[in-house]
Order: sequence, then C-alpha cells, then structure tokens
Amino acid sequence: MGTLDVDIRLGLPDFSLEVAHSFALKGITALFGPSGCGKSTLLRVIAGFERGARGRLALGGEVWQDARRFVPPHRRGVGYVFQDTRLFPHLDVAGNLRYAERRAPSGGVARSDVIEALDLGPILGRRPGRLSGGERQRVAIGRTLLIHPRLLLMDEPLAALDGHRKHDLMPYIARLPGAFDVPILYVTHSIDEVTRLADDIVALSEGRLLAAGEVAATLERLDLPPVSGRFEAGSLIQARVKGVDRQFMLTLLDVAGQEMVMPGMAVPEGTDLRLRVRARDVSLARRRPEEISIRNILAGRVAEIAAEPTTAFAEVLVDIGGGQNLRARLTRASVSELGLTPGIEVFALIKSVAFDRRALPRRNDPAAYEGRHGAGARYGAGARYGD
Amino acid sequence: MTAALDLAPIWLTLRLAATSTLLLMILGTPLAWWLAHTPSRMKSLVEAVTALPLVLPPTVLGFYLLILLSPDSTIGGAWISLTGDNLTFSFSGLVIATMIYSLPFAVQPLQAGFEAVGRAPLEAAASLRAAPWDAFLTVASPLALRGYLTALVLSFAHAIGEFGVVLMVGGNIPGRTKVISIAIYEHVETLEYAQAHALSALLLVFSFVVLALVYSINRRFPVAAG
Repeated sequence: MGTLDVDIRLGLPDFSLEVAHSFALKGITALFGPSGCGKSTLLRVIAGFERGARGRLALGGEVWQDARRFVPPHRRGVGYVFQDTRLFPHLDVAGNLRYAERRAPSGGVARSDVIEALDLGPILGRRPGRLSGGERQRVAIGRTLLIHPRLLLMDEPLAALDGHRKHDLMPYIARLPGAFDVPILYVTHSIDEVTRLADDIVALSEGRLLAAGEVAATLERLDLPPVSGRFEAGSLIQARVKGVDRQFMLTLLDVAGQEMVMPGMAVPEGTDLRLRVRARDVSLARRRPEEISIRNILAGRVAEIAAEPTTAFAEVLVDIGGGQNLRARLTRASVSELGLTPGIEVFALIKSVAFDRRALPRRNDPAAYEGRHGAGARYGAGARYGD
Repeated sequence: MTAALDLAPIWLTLRLAATSTLLLMILGTPLAWWLAHTPSRMKSLVEAVTALPLVLPPTVLGFYLLILLSPDSTIGGAWISLTGDNLTFSFSGLVIATMIYSLPFAVQPLQAGFEAVGRAPLEAAASLRAAPWDAFLTVASPLALRGYLTALVLSFAHAIGEFGVVLMVGGNIPGRTKVISIAIYEHVETLEYAQAHALSALLLVFSFVVLALVYSINRRFPVAAG
C-alpha cells in the first residue's frame, strides 16, 4: 500500500492547520485530539474537500496535490465515512449500495461480502429515514467499501451513537482492514476508541502534530503532554488469559510473567488482551505491600521520571519486564520521599484496569475476535475493575 | 355570445409559455446552481438583477426590451442578419421578453432547492467516485425535485398571464403576438364582453389550478436534503 505523505497548510479565519507526516497506513491509524484540533479538517484535506489547502499530498507515490496538480475528490479512490452518514435519502439501502457499486472499478469488493460482513441483508429495502443510527452508519460503511477504496477515511463514525450502539459497531470496524484489505484513517476524540481499534496513533493539537507512532508506545511517552489529556493518560499493556478462579470468579492474567486478576470475564484460556491502565490509577511502593485489598501488584524498575515543576506532580515510567511499561502519576513529594531514581526497584499497585476486548495480533486471527467480542459484550465493554 | 371564440390566442399563448419555460429551465438551472454555491461577492448583484422583473412595472421592462431588441440595436440587428426576421413584434422577441420577465420565477425556487440540498450530499457522492456532473444529475437534482417542479409551474403560469411586456415588445398581431391577455384587452375595448368573459374565466380557472398544484407539490415533496 505504501504511505500517505502529507505536508499541508490550511489557513481558515480562526484556525490554521499545518501538518507534515508520513502515514504508514497499516490497519487502523487513529487521528486523535480534542474537538477543534483540526483532525476532521485534516481528513477533509486528504479527501480533497478543502480546496484552500496548500502543500503536497501523495498516496503511495501517486501525487494528489502539489503546487501544480489537484486531483479532484472523485478521482482519489478514497472512501469517506461521515459522522452524519450522508446516506442518500431518495434511495433505499440497496440503492445506496448500488450507487457506489456502479462507480467502482471492476474486480472490487463483492456486494454479498459487504452485506454479510455488516449484516445489511435485513434492511436492504428500507429508506435511510427508517434506520437506527447504528444501522445508518453500517450502511454508510458498506456503501464506502463498495467503491473499492484504496484508503478508508472515517470521521468520528461512532460520535453520534449512544454508548450501547457504539460498542455494537466497534467490532465491525475492527474487522474491516483485515477483511477488506483497506487501511483506515480514523478520526476520534475518544481514547477508548483509540485503544480498542487503532494500531497507530497520530495526535493533533491546535492544528499541529503532537505525537505519532504505535499506540501503546505513544501513550506512555513522558516527554509529551499526554495526548489523551491528564485524566485519561496511561499506558497499554498486553496480557494473556491463563486461567480462572471459579470460587472467586476471577480471571487470571499473565502480564510479562507476573500475575494479574480481573473479575471473571469468560474469556477462553490463551486469549490475548490489551489492558489500559490510567497513570493516576497506579501507585508505587518500594516494598511489596502486605495485607492490602489491591490485588494487582506488579514488580518493576523505574525507567524514567518526568517531574512537572509547575505542578505538584511527576510521571514515572515503570519497566515491568517483557518490554512493557506502566505509567504512574505521583506527587513530586512522593518521588522525593521514596527516593525514586531510574533503575530502582518498585512495586506498582494498580487500582483499576480497563480491559480491551480486542486481542493482539488481530489480523492473523480474525475468527478469534468473534469469541472475544461475545465475551466482552456480556460484561460490558471497557469494564473498569478496581481493587 | 354570438361570435365563436377565437382559439388562435390560446394556442399562441400555450406555445409561448411552453417555449419560454423550457428555455428558462435550461438556462436558469446553471444560473441558480451558481447562485446557490458561489462564494463570489458578485452573488448579491446577480441576485438583484435576477429579481428586478419582480419589482419593475412591465412597461419599464418592455420599454427597455423594445429598445434592446429593435432592428437598430446590436442584438436586434444581429438577429436580423442571422434569421432575416425582426425581434420586435415577433414570436422570437416575445419568447426572449417572456424569459426575462419570468426569470425570477424559475431561478429563485431552483436556487432555494439547491441551497437546501447543500454541499454535504455532493461530497458524499464525490467520495463514491461520482464526478461533479454525475453528482448533479443523480443526487442534487433528485433532492431538489421540489425546486424544479415549483420553478416549472410558476414560470409557465407566469408566462401565460403576462400582458404589459408583451404589449410593449410584441404589439397585437393576430397569430403572431396576440396572446390571451391581449385578446381580452381587445375584446373589452371593442365591447365584446362575452368573449372577454370566456377568456378571463379560462385564465382565472387555469391560475387557480396551477397555484393549487404548486402548494400540493410543496406538501408532497418535502425538501429531502439530509
């Protein structure tokens, strides 16, 4: 597929966007930031909807825009899923799908595959006005897939849905890159969606690039203001289900050779999970505490400390082995009192964990996702587990 | 009611209204599209010019058209050398005059229709590989159907009932420029009240039917943008 090379500027009356980045385009890349940071505008520039943008845009060596050229949107072969779906109200669902299909290059995605993957069969004869929000978004995604896009742009496709429908739709989106061989640029302001869906993250702030890279690595970087905002800042760690404690209804997890527990999740043994741990939910101790209600205590070493001189806080990165890191938010006073310095041994007390249903790696094992989705759904997605 | 009703003015009127409406729809659509989508500062000026026929007395419009289309003018002269015919006091001249007179009745509903559709569905169409022309025909036009129907009906009806401009530009030549409204005027002048009555009643009923049609169209085709 190659890369999407972006080097653009766009000046609007009250806002300017200036982004230079080479998107690797594998799986799902989250374009992340608070509202007003320019992420949706950047998506529109990439699609060719913002004629005022200056600079250069190229996909895999094919130049879409530079000083001399401007390839119009309909010739870019880019799919776009709008937040408000924009289904054609004068056509029924089948008509909307046919609209895309007729304009697609031959040898594209099969209509029947799309209808099956997105469960569109029962609603083919309905008008968009008679669909629920989640159904409309599924039709919009299916319609876009049928043009056989080389790149799929999704602009907050879940933002207009309520919590329950959001979680129903997520697995459909997670499956797309593998099932239809299309990379996705996914705009969102929800860190939850980032950690569940994305492989890579590109974070924007006030029209500028803030950070970019693999999701877990980017979220635990201490040299940046947390891309997810202070409150949600944290790290992603990988775990494998190694057993069940039936008496107490707990699932036992293996994290870098250490044990963690979650309330029983009915997830099969051997399943890989991604856990999200917020920095403010991690405390550190020099000795392993005893007679304490917190069950998840991981041994590790301090890897890095970033003090914030203007606040009472410091962020500490703890290496828990296996190449994994935990991010902890402490007061600077605690750092000083405990005598924390890089290399020193500590115990991380995890007060709360959000588990991510999606396991890694995902693309090699699409079938496994189904089982996990079922399991996760029963317990409510993103369940937080305190001590 | 002794004299038979002269049908010639009726056919002439229908022919005039049909021709001018057809041409108006063809020329008015791109103008309305431009007005609906342009960011240009010229937009308000063009809108004002388009709306002029609404406020000007038909005699003023007719007077300027008479001068503009006369054989001595550039346009009238060119027409004569092209077709060998005068623009003033001719059917062709009447068509041009009627088109200008009815312009706002075609352009304004179309513009409102296109504005209601907006850019969003066009972007969606472009993202589905539809070229702009394709998107106009398959998305914008069906969604602006109500605008088209209103424009069609209003400009046709308006052309039927026109009097002042036609009298100024076309005069009163039987079979050539004598339309219904002028025939009624002539009947009244010559005290043929029965004929005047028949034609007037015809126009009255026709106008009512047309307006009823427009309002029912507006009910049945709610603007479908979204």
